[in-house]
Amino acid sequence: MSTFEIQKRTLSQVTVIEIFGELDAHTAPKLEEEFQQLIRQKNVQIIVNGSGLEYISSAGLGVFMAYIEDIRSHGGDIKISNLKPKVYNVFDLLGFPTLYDILDTENDALEQFQDNT
Amino acid sequence: MPTKIVTTLTEHTSRFRASTDALGEIRKFVSGQARQYGFGEEDIDDIRLAVDEACTNIIKHAYEWRDDKYIYIRIAMHNNEMLVSIYDNGKSFDAGRYSVPALQDQLDQKKRGGYGIYLIRKLMDKVEYRKQRSRNEIRMTKKR
Repeated sequence: MSTFEIQKRTLSQVTVIEIFGELDAHTAPKLEEEFQQLIRQKNVQIIVNGSGLEYISSAGLGVFMAYIEDIRSHGGDIKISNLKPKVYNVFDLLGFPTLYDILDTENDALEQFQDNT
Repeated sequence: MPTKIVTTLTEHTSRFRASTDALGEIRKFVSGQARQYGFGEEDIDDIRLAVDEACTNIIKHAYEWRDDKYIYIRIAMHNNEMLVSIYDNGKSFDAGRYSVPALQDQLDQKKRGGYGIYLIRKLMDKVEYRKQRSRNEIRMTKKR
């Protein structure tokens, strides 16, 4: 069975979601619930730290696609950081780097939020 | 657990339940075979993702989430190429009608699907679809 875990923390107005394991069609609903909850709570400045993410399929990328417009329409964003090269490659294959901020480190992502406020 | 159907020196067939539960096991099976055949890590990543995408499509579209159905995966090594055939008995897929959705359009419409086939074609060297009576096959090839 695919394993996937989420840890959440707050860093000056920004919610950091650290994700671990494999994000596929089986585990994608967990991340989906997390985004839905953050939108309900109006916590829409989100960094997804993918340092522990070992694998992603298009079902996992689909979750990022489905919620980004809602989050941006609430004045927020999803910024993605710390991806392993093999995981970044999958984001890249679908053209994510042109439409999402994908940063090397969580700090770079945080600075981008701070620059925009 | 997968049911092993055929194992010879160069060919392995296993059966998996058509459930997203099984995707982890499916990825382990294909990566293990690719590693045994001497593929490098990048190629193994490609094969693993392509097979996951194909099986996810079968679970969602061919079987429409009915997890009492099965997916059969046959892997063979032939002339320095790995052949992966994935079979199902569900609704067949018309590859001729597929076009890659533009990412911006998908975001605007809050849509998320439609990239599995695109990824499979990007990651593998050759992809073919066959249909024999009620059985569908997607056959993919990766050169070593």
